[in-house]
Amino acid sequence: MENLGRIGFSEEQADLLEVAESFCRERSPVERVRALIRDSLGHDPAVWQEMAELGWLGIAIPEAYGGVGLGLAEVVPVVEQMGRRLMAGPFVSTTLAGQALLAGGTEAQKAAWLPRLAEGMPATLALMEADGNWDLEAVTATAEGGATLSLSGQKLFVENAATAGLVIASVFHDGAPALVLIETEALPDGALRRETVIDETRRSFELTLDGISVPSSQLLDTGKARAALSHIHLAANLLATAEMTGCTQACIDYTIDYLNTRKQFGKLIGSYQALKHPSVDAYVTYEQARSHLYSAAHSFTEQGTGEVATRMAKTAADKALSFAADRAIQFHGGFGFTYDCDAHLYRRRAIWHASQHGDAAWHKRKLAQMLL
Amino acid sequence: MSEVNEKELAEFAAEADAWFAENVDPDPGFMLPLTFMEVGTDQQFDFLRQWQNKVWEAGYLGAAWPREYGGGGLPEAFQRAATKAMRKHNGPIMLNAIGLNWTGPLLLDIGSEAHKAKYLKGILSAEDIWCQGFSEPEHGSDLGNAQTRAVREGEEYVVNGSKIWTTQGNYAKYMILLARTDPDAPRKYDGLSFFLAPMQIPGVETHPIRKLTGEYGFTQTFFTDARIPADGLIGAEGEGWKVAMRTLEYERGARGGQPGGYVITERDAFDVLDLARRMMRGGEPLMEDPVMQDRLMDFIIEIQANRLCQERQKVAPLTSDRPMGLALSSKLMSTELVRRLNEFAVTLTGPRAGYYVGDENAVDEGIWARGYLNAFSATIGGGTSQIQHNIIGEHVLGLPKS
Ligand SMILES: Cc1cc2nc3c(=O)[nH]c(=O)nc-3n(C[C@H](O)[C@H](O)[C@H](O)COP(=O)(O)OP(=O)(O)OC[C@H]3O[C@@H](n4cnc5c(N)ncnc54)[C@H](O)[C@@H]3O)c2cc1C
Repeated sequence: MENLGRIGFSEEQADLLEVAESFCRERSPVERVRALIRDSLGHDPAVWQEMAELGWLGIAIPEAYGGVGLGLAEVVPVVEQMGRRLMAGPFVSTTLAGQALLAGGTEAQKAAWLPRLAEGMPATLALMEADGNWDLEAVTATAEGGATLSLSGQKLFVENAATAGLVIASVFHDGAPALVLIETEALPDGALRRETVIDETRRSFELTLDGISVPSSQLLDTGKARAALSHIHLAANLLATAEMTGCTQACIDYTIDYLNTRKQFGKLIGSYQALKHPSVDAYVTYEQARSHLYSAAHSFTEQGTGEVATRMAKTAADKALSFAADRAIQFHGGFGFTYDCDAHLYRRRAIWHASQHGDAAWHKRKLAQMLL
Repeated sequence: MSEVNEKELAEFAAEADAWFAENVDPDPGFMLPLTFMEVGTDQQFDFLRQWQNKVWEAGYLGAAWPREYGGGGLPEAFQRAATKAMRKHNGPIMLNAIGLNWTGPLLLDIGSEAHKAKYLKGILSAEDIWCQGFSEPEHGSDLGNAQTRAVREGEEYVVNGSKIWTTQGNYAKYMILLARTDPDAPRKYDGLSFFLAPMQIPGVETHPIRKLTGEYGFTQTFFTDARIPADGLIGAEGEGWKVAMRTLEYERGARGGQPGGYVITERDAFDVLDLARRMMRGGEPLMEDPVMQDRLMDFIIEIQANRLCQERQKVAPLTSDRPMGLALSSKLMSTELVRRLNEFAVTLTGPRAGYYVGDENAVDEGIWARGYLNAFSATIGGGTSQIQHNIIGEHVLGLPKS
């Protein structure tokens, strides 16, 4: 158990952290977040355009395909800052779709799609199914046929599907899990149903595959499917961890601010240790989670270590955000029980993330198999 | 300090490795203390004193302190290599903790030439054992309210009062002493002064206190018209609080200058994993139990988090939001973790958790229960965990004072 990951921080990461900090702060004040919750699209296309112009959508895409040629380690600070401002939009799903293509696509598919993703075409993944299994290889949706594949089955939690130009879905094909590209133009009416999800800043859809057919050239390289799924799983967890960590910081700052302004019994409530000490626990747990995040980012591409560090990081982030957000509601008193208080935004997001791509118990189980 | 010569450093590290491999005695025939706060018998004391002396003579303690004060005059990297070798071969702790990690760095920083010449070498060689006289029976967490009096008379101060929980007080030749020189100062802190005080003089008496483990390790120290030399004053009269707070920073590693080695060893996750593999439940090793695996992973993840936090402290852009946050949190994080890890380990031993050190049926000679009880030394000593919460809440999060 020598190498569980370590901290490293590149100049590119530092630059992106700095730029993303101010960008997300300015573009996503909480009033804007709340306005976008009410908006059906759910994100601001103008901001999305700006991100594309900043090159953020191509950070982890090689230069040969029109990207910047860095890796997910450099995406992490950007997503962390988005999480901190509860910023909505298809950034993460598009980045993950790019990762799916890189890990599992044919040369022709990469050449055709990656440059478009880097330019700002939103994309997403359709992986989850109704049985609630986080094991991405346990797929029941199918793709059958020869030159033309008929798809069937249901996919849940397909984020940003209504905005995406491309969906990459996992299906069972020829006796094994596979990935298939679906252009959203080709989706029949009624294929998408908007889901009501706990984190209202998100746009998530159920996708019915029945009745959709695609040419077999849309299958990703079947020989790489398992490796691609495992890469997607870890990449999704890494970026979720980044979002959660940023979100935890914001949640703590928000609560501390209240503890420093609200008075009861003639004193600022932050002077009461019943509030101060758990706030410190939340803070310390946050710092631990952030250390794990930047270890996972740095170690991500190392065989074995990357997986260990990422699973640990997701587990630590879950603990930190869940606790901070739970206490945030309580420490705001009656106001904490209202829709107007931001505490529920954090708590809802915490539940969303805990439930996606493996919860803490599940990751610990995987870690135990690897380490114990 | 000279440039690090990589070749010389590698040679030094290899020599240190060989030296500790050769010189660490895996079984001295009696239980050694895990921390400097657990030195309870003369046998332990003599052994550890000789051990520290030997390490120093070999050049593996104080390697980076100036040569004229008994150090090796080498760059820090050399001492780090020596400490690493010490740890690798499970070398016993350095005994003279207060001298090494509090007094020494303080004197190197702000001591007079005479102080350095008089005290530093004896600290490294373990010839002169040091203790710390801060806490009092009535003032522990509220240290700023300490009332032990020191009254100037000519070239001496006359000290009256009592200190308590004085680790190694019965062995110490010197004490770093916080005493009240001005009871009328408007702020309680401004009436305090900081002294290097001799212990083996008339009017100073130490009474051993028995710890919760049944062993010894600290004393109550009584001062009755004890006359200490005025030249032991560090900083000006009335600046004692400032100096005392500075020593706490050395102790917590927030300031450099320590001579290396370590004064605390801990059982780590590996030891607990090993225990979980050996303990059986229903015919199966405990380690196979998914609930236990889940809890073990929690500990491993937390241990790793603390290690990563140490690394991250050095990355400025990743600490800029609350620059002192990690440094001020590390004591709380690490000591509470050790306490909970030991507590958990005790439960792994099942019914045999009912045994204690001394019974032949106790698992691993009872170290887990003893380790758990001793772990409170760090969650209480050096500022309790509750006080750490206050410090972090107020100084890092900016919350109002309680
Ligand atoms: C093994 C060991 C070795 C030690 N060695 C030394 C030594 O060498 N030299 C030395 O000077 N001292 C030493 N100490 C003393 C140590 O620093 C004190 O015990 C510690 O500072 C607590 O003081 P106290 O014992 O008076 O407890 P108290 O201050 O009376 O605390 C009692 C309880 O109240 C809590 N509490 C107190 N104030 C507050 C507050 N404001 N907010 C919230 N909770 C609070 C504490 O956390 C604790 O739980 C040692 C202690 C131990 C256990």
